[in-house]
Amino acid sequence: MTKFRLAAGGRIARSQTLHFRFDGRPYTGHPGDTLASALLANGVHLMGRSFKYHRPRGPIAMGAEEPNALVAVGGGARHTPNLRATAVELYDGLVASSQNRFPSLAFDLGAAAGLAAPLLGVGFYYKTFIGPGRAWHRLYEPAIRRAAGLGTVPDAPDPDSYTQRYAHCEVLVVGAGAAGLAAALAASETNQRVFLVDEQPVFGGGLLAEADATIDGAPAAAWMDAAVATLAARANVTMLPRTTAFGYFTQHYVGLAERLTDHRAGPQTGARERLWKLRAGRVVLATGAIERPLVFAGNDRPGIMLAGAARSLLHRWAVRPGSRVVVAGADDAMYAAARDLRRAGVTIAAVADLRGGADCETFGLPLRPASAIVGSIGRLRVAAADLRAPGGSIDRVPCDLVLMAGGWTPALHLFSQARGRLAFDPARAMYLPGDGPAGLVSAGACRGLAGIAACVEDGYAAGDGRQLRVRVLGDIPPAGGFEGLVPGSSARKAFVDFQNDVQARDISQAVSEGFRAIEHIKRYTTNGMATDQGKTSNINALAIAAQALARTMPEVGLTSFRMPYTPVTFGSFAGHARGDLFDPVRQTPMHGWAQARGAVFEDVGQWKRAHHFPQPGEREADAVARECRAVRERAGLFDASTLGKIEVVGPDAALFLERIYTNSWVKLAPGRCRYGLMLNEAGFVMDDGVVGRIAPDRFHVTTTTSGAAAVLHQMEDFLQTEFTDLRCWLTSVTEQWAVIAVQGPLARDIVAPLTEGVDFAAFPHMSLAECRVAGVKARLFRVSFTGECGFEINVPAGHGAAVWEAVWQRGAALGLEPYGTEAMHVLRAEKGYIVVGQDTDGTVTPDDLGLSWAIGKAKPDFVGKRSLIRPDMLRADRPQLVGLRPLEPAAALEDGAQIVAMANPPVGTGALGHVTSAYRSAALGGFIAMGLLQGGRARIGEIVHVPMPGGSVAVRVTRPIFYDPEGVRLDG
Amino acid sequence: MVELIADDLGPRTILRGAAGGTLLHGVVLPSEPCRAAVAGGFAALWLGPDEFLLLGRAVGVGDFALIDVSDRTLGFRLSGPDAAGLLAGGVALDLALAAFPVGMCTRTMFEKAEIVLWRRGADDWHIEVARSFAPYLGAMLAAIAGDAI
Repeated sequence: MTKFRLAAGGRIARSQTLHFRFDGRPYTGHPGDTLASALLANGVHLMGRSFKYHRPRGPIAMGAEEPNALVAVGGGARHTPNLRATAVELYDGLVASSQNRFPSLAFDLGAAAGLAAPLLGVGFYYKTFIGPGRAWHRLYEPAIRRAAGLGTVPDAPDPDSYTQRYAHCEVLVVGAGAAGLAAALAASETNQRVFLVDEQPVFGGGLLAEADATIDGAPAAAWMDAAVATLAARANVTMLPRTTAFGYFTQHYVGLAERLTDHRAGPQTGARERLWKLRAGRVVLATGAIERPLVFAGNDRPGIMLAGAARSLLHRWAVRPGSRVVVAGADDAMYAAARDLRRAGVTIAAVADLRGGADCETFGLPLRPASAIVGSIGRLRVAAADLRAPGGSIDRVPCDLVLMAGGWTPALHLFSQARGRLAFDPARAMYLPGDGPAGLVSAGACRGLAGIAACVEDGYAAGDGRQLRVRVLGDIPPAGGFEGLVPGSSARKAFVDFQNDVQARDISQAVSEGFRAIEHIKRYTTNGMATDQGKTSNINALAIAAQALARTMPEVGLTSFRMPYTPVTFGSFAGHARGDLFDPVRQTPMHGWAQARGAVFEDVGQWKRAHHFPQPGEREADAVARECRAVRERAGLFDASTLGKIEVVGPDAALFLERIYTNSWVKLAPGRCRYGLMLNEAGFVMDDGVVGRIAPDRFHVTTTTSGAAAVLHQMEDFLQTEFTDLRCWLTSVTEQWAVIAVQGPLARDIVAPLTEGVDFAAFPHMSLAECRVAGVKARLFRVSFTGECGFEINVPAGHGAAVWEAVWQRGAALGLEPYGTEAMHVLRAEKGYIVVGQDTDGTVTPDDLGLSWAIGKAKPDFVGKRSLIRPDMLRADRPQLVGLRPLEPAAALEDGAQIVAMANPPVGTGALGHVTSAYRSAALGGFIAMGLLQGGRARIGEIVHVPMPGGSVAVRVTRPIFYDPEGVRLDG
Repeated sequence: MVELIADDLGPRTILRGAAGGTLLHGVVLPSEPCRAAVAGGFAALWLGPDEFLLLGRAVGVGDFALIDVSDRTLGFRLSGPDAAGLLAGGVALDLALAAFPVGMCTRTMFEKAEIVLWRRGADDWHIEVARSFAPYLGAMLAAIAGDAI
């Protein structure tokens, strides 16, 4: 039996002893313990050092709101920093360490910062680290990073898995205390689905810290156990302990973080956490209230804690938190705590009530009315409390435990996240839930109700509207409360925000420096900005600011509650979306062939595309040059399956395309193709592609790989909202068709023998036919993106690999070679074919690209037409697409490089444009590039300069076409 | 207990321009949104006010717009008492029998993959997924199944 464990009671399994280590020292505890309760049972109050001044700290609370007792648990890749010892469940073999101390918790060199406290005052960082911007990177930031931060992050990847799940219910109840249990009981009597979630491993909330009260004649604990058993037996109830409702989103969509394995010893199996994405029909918030500390000088010594925390220790964990206690505060909760401690054998040295007296029975306790706690002494543990009598005299009372009862703050976090309005109750100086969204109700202590009876009755009402009365005896409901700096106390070392070491004087000083808005005061002082988000500090900070500003609390305002309520692991949010499952990896039907052939792939959106096909020992540049040569001299085989494809069908299909594309479609004959240019409403080029007319009422539209979804979206948008008079329909067929491109002077010799149903003598460039290729039903297009005679064989995707193989078998003997996307780019650039998104950037018009020929000027309208006649679109000095050839042919150019008039322009000179595409062209014996150049077409023949990392490259401006400008090769 | 098997229900065709109530291959096209109608080896799934996915051979069905999408997607059958729970790992819709009854179908997302989801029985689901997303869907389902409680 550990020294401070009571002989009986508590919800711990005494028959089993758990061994654990804290800062290297061995301790024992029991199942049911938290790390904090087990350490306190061993007499260990000192659990951490504060963030800024490295002051010794122990836990003040026993729940998620704990600001001080931050520890790191586990080793290696599972090392997890910044866990609240009060929320870490004990298991056998647990290894924990304190943070923010060097070299040991009891002797910390950093505590010298405490001696320098006046220098580290409010706004220290803002005031000190002022200087040239560079100093931030070199000096300030590294220094701050070394000094600041809580805990260390492991270097190794997280070895655990995390899972996610969507869920739906009619009623979600958040919090399983008296109100939450009652709400869940009432709501689940009909067959509706009810979720009951609580962050604690056991349900019961505040009832777990109650020993004396009875509910309808039964001890509170028995009522609670019966409620939990009833709920567990109902098939329509899902009970999730260890689950934090951390975020409340629109329409009752609530994020729940369920911890599955952290409380277990030994090797972990299954997911560590589950993120529930829950949509509820309605929500009952029964999130309870958080007890407020008192702000007085030296209120942060280990051994000083909240009154409610002491009751939890006694009744839930059977731990005596001290031997001689001073109880101070202004809420009746202090009397319940003092009564219970006395019964557990703790000497009550004094009960100092800030008020004139209590509203409740005082049990013959050594009461000091109208007395304030104004100081404490002690080094690693409180040794005495200074109590100020009404007359002003100070009495130093020896003790090893101080309880603070500052009253209770309703937990409004989720209500506020749900866009509920908060209402200030001046009588109790308390924010309460005001108007909220329909379907959201608050029940119990989180809406300011006090006492078990009120909470249970309110829970029933919130659950299904029933008005039930319960008879509760022996309960001391909270009443009273105090906020702000305790009268008579110094504001120095009177901590408001324990985790961020914000003192009462810091807030007053911020006000005296001119800060007025609470959001500014919060950021300047950092009050409420630590990992606990000010759960115990916000109201005290607000009261101190209000006093300093001589305004009321609601006039000063309240800072926003933001999700998450408590920290949630990144792993939970990521779920399975990591590694190979981070994003879908899309592969074409011919991927396996390319892989077997040694292709190097590149990512194009989610697609894997073969970039080049190196032969053994071949460098990338040589492979690309060889592939280009094969296309120009013989033939190349290219996988174009990723191109977006849309089938446009219906009697008005041609009319629809007429309105969507810039050029004319009505007269396009079935069996023919046309290049289509698509603008957005602003008149800028959005996408391009070849469109073929299969039949009078059927078109096969191709789009860029990356633009496929956006094009379909724009088309569908216009069809549904603007062109509702048209009868035609759009269907994405991107994945229906595998596309095998055969390009080069021998392309026809390869394709023709495999094809049935096409007269190649009457199948010119820009034709299409429905036919059979290698025995498979196909759509054969005679198109070229290389400038050579070319075919694109569309076959159903399930046949893609087989037809590809047939083409390969036929072509290999003729010198056919596969080529990748890089060679494709070189070949198209040699011909000056643009790639939308590379040679355009969303501000480029058809005329800028020299594509005015693709504008149907006689057409009454098309998307973007009106915008093309805006004055700015007609300026002569608009960036225009040009070709660029280095005077020194081998000089390299890069995409994105600037184009300037002088070789070495002075700093600050504006650019004339930029390079959009640059490639080494074997066919042309050097670099070729395209670029957007101001008034570019008028500059053809001029010399301009492209600054490159190795020096400026002089280039001649040319037409954007380098190879076979007459296009004779297309007819092959 | 869940089983996932490839399940190709024959040629796939998108039918546009027909309204619910039209008789087709012995099947009346569903008028109610998100419902499937089945007769013999032929099914018509309501995907939109004038859009149906036909599974099974659909030849000579009259003067409507038909688009062959047989190779666009792959079909899978997911069955077993835990099937709905497994799907809830990636589908945001309410899959309770009351909310998603037998015979209901819809286009939806499974994590980052678009799918057509059709409930053929209380514990029997049919999934159509774009060919290139099928490996992702399968791997994601396997990963989620590995976490099952």
